[in-house]
Amino acid sequence: MALEITSSRADPALLDLPWRTPLEEWPEDILAALPRGISRHVVRFVRLDDKIVAVKEIKADIAAREYAMLRNLRRLEMPSVEPYAVVAGREAADGTPLDACLITRHLQFSLPYRALYSQNLRKGTAVRLIDALAVLLVRLHLAGFWWGDVSLSNTLFRRDAGAFAAYLVDAETGELRERLSDGQREHDLDIARVNIAGELMDLEAGGLLQEDRDPIVVSERIVERYRDLWDALTGSESINAGERWRVDERIRALNKLGFDVDELAMTTDIGGTTITIQPKVVDSGHHSRRLLRLTGIDVRENQARRLLNDLLAYTAAHDRQADDEEIVAHDWVDQVYLPFVRAIPADLRAKLEPAEVFHEVLEHRWYMAERAQHDFSITDALADYLASVLPTKPDERSVVGVDTVEMPVVAD
Amino acid sequence: MATVKFDNATRIYPGNDKPSVDKLNIDIQDGEFLVLVGPSGCGKSTSLRMLAGLEEVNGGKIWIGDRDVTDLSPKDRDVAMVFQNYALYPHMSVADNMGFALKIAGTDKGEIRKRVEEAAKILDLTQYLDRKPKALSGGQRQRVAMGRAIVRSPQVFLMDEPLSNLDAKLRVQTRTQIASLQRRLGVTTVYVTHDQVEAMTMGDRIALLKDGLLQQCATPREMYDRPANLFVAGFIGSPAMNLVSVPVTEGGVKFGNHTLQVARGDVAGAGSEVIVGVRPEDVEVTTNPDGLELVIDVVEELGADAYIYGTPTDSKIAIEGSGDDALAKPFIARVDGRRVPTKGDKVYVYPKAEHLHVFNKSTGERLS
Repeated sequence: MALEITSSRADPALLDLPWRTPLEEWPEDILAALPRGISRHVVRFVRLDDKIVAVKEIKADIAAREYAMLRNLRRLEMPSVEPYAVVAGREAADGTPLDACLITRHLQFSLPYRALYSQNLRKGTAVRLIDALAVLLVRLHLAGFWWGDVSLSNTLFRRDAGAFAAYLVDAETGELRERLSDGQREHDLDIARVNIAGELMDLEAGGLLQEDRDPIVVSERIVERYRDLWDALTGSESINAGERWRVDERIRALNKLGFDVDELAMTTDIGGTTITIQPKVVDSGHHSRRLLRLTGIDVRENQARRLLNDLLAYTAAHDRQADDEEIVAHDWVDQVYLPFVRAIPADLRAKLEPAEVFHEVLEHRWYMAERAQHDFSITDALADYLASVLPTKPDERSVVGVDTVEMPVVAD
Repeated sequence: MATVKFDNATRIYPGNDKPSVDKLNIDIQDGEFLVLVGPSGCGKSTSLRMLAGLEEVNGGKIWIGDRDVTDLSPKDRDVAMVFQNYALYPHMSVADNMGFALKIAGTDKGEIRKRVEEAAKILDLTQYLDRKPKALSGGQRQRVAMGRAIVRSPQVFLMDEPLSNLDAKLRVQTRTQIASLQRRLGVTTVYVTHDQVEAMTMGDRIALLKDGLLQQCATPREMYDRPANLFVAGFIGSPAMNLVSVPVTEGGVKFGNHTLQVARGDVAGAGSEVIVGVRPEDVEVTTNPDGLELVIDVVEELGADAYIYGTPTDSKIAIEGSGDDALAKPFIARVDGRRVPTKGDKVYVYPKAEHLHVFNKSTGERLS
């Protein structure tokens, strides 16, 4: 039987992979990392030209469905891994049919939760990961995506100015709907809670949970954070006709949470004395979109917030509040951000992304100033950071590993 | 443990004018294993999700025991979805893997241990309770996953195509395991599948749906022996029932040149033609010119017996497909493995009188 390759990009390198061999037996020299943990399906990370891709062996119909689903999620601008190809019609050398493979691109600088826990971490990481997952779940639900298998293992995390941003990795059980019912959202939330508690209990049992935290308490946080965020984003609110400024206030509050309001429903009662407002369409990435528009720099939400604050400080310091925003932003990129990025030596660039280094240097500068009791320039802070901090950090550009801890489904 | 009742339960998706599940009525007995089966888009998964609280119910009610659960949240229904995920945690013992969800629910330690031990006994896992999952075989790991649902001791188990991503060998193994486990536990179970073989082998009763409408709800035997309409007749059984359009005559119906006796009352008002159904194992095959003449296209040897696939020589006679598969089909008959005709032979076939199914050609309803 002939191989059938479905891919968004024609990539001849795909043909060089050993498709006639079961994924489990692929030679070590083409793997980007050795397999770890146990997984429901066989998953391997493979080098493909200059990229790293994840290859998952599953039945052809499920592979095709997940590929299409991931493409839909990307189209909806949901944070998820990028689907790369489906290879079906595989056959072993002796003619036995083999399962299809779904190929996704490795998300650079992303970290599986187990990798995050195996590092020496600052306190509160468990909580920050949960917060990121709550934001991801709310965004997916707003877009009508019913995940079905919410867990830390099915999520990747990227640093976001000290916090984390979460990305969906596994869409196998997901469905896209016009709108989710409360029952469906509750179901996802319940699954999330049980999975997170289980995953953290497992880390605890393995002696990997460094923080003295109760997995059950941490897992309850997803429910609280999700509900708070969902209510803030979708709840309706009644105001008096004379308090119209509260409409603006609501929008500003949502912006602060990182969301933009595309549509707001306003209804008045018959007498016109009270107005009910309810956000209809909200979009996350308020700061990251704003930074992108002003500077062309594409980073995550909190990083963008950090950079925008620095831009604001720059505007004030140069007394340019009256100037056109875009022109000031252009100058800031030219005089502050690009020189900063260029100053990071090439051999240290696989450690952290530039925007995250920027955030860390601003933090570092604050500590330096506190210690010395006087201000430092960002150039001085960067020099000190590059000399004393960054070299001690692990490379995070290509941390890969099979992090699903699910059971292999094999016949006895 | 409890009964389950779908009482005119209806689900209409926003933007659709036709219901995805239309006035579904099923009474499920306490301890019964009910299988919802049908082709894709028939409403079987939607029905299960309505019961689980994952789909809104737009009309009618759903009862678990004597509780109306129509508007309850999934958590308050005391049902458990089995095989929702297969996650086994490598650092946790088998006992902890089975009981951790109870810990989250705040159940006390002694009670958790008790329930885990009871479940382990049923699942033959007692001696492995303190081991890590790595030490278990594939089948044992699956039983641990089942154990996780069992310890919750819900009133109803729900399973939505739990075997769909397993390979063929494992599917058969797991199918048997689930069915025997359900019988030992005696917990009311609703199981969704698109596979009629799975439905026939597992269910106490089967509910077959098509386009959101319940076609028939009966035991596998009843479904097989007395299908309520043409759709059921075509869906249940493999190879499928032969369905042939034949003229109504004096005293019965005409199958080729063979007259089949059918009570006059049965075919009265059914028009001049009816559909006769006969399962491959209920066909008389003869070389005497009696019945419908066939040319044999394919012979499939199975050892003890064989299947012959033939085409009527009278090209006006077509073997009806059912459902999506409305193309002309071969006529299939099972014959004794010691007297198998050869390809190209002409034979005559007619249904054995005691295994005859007659359907109304326009409504599809069973007549006999």
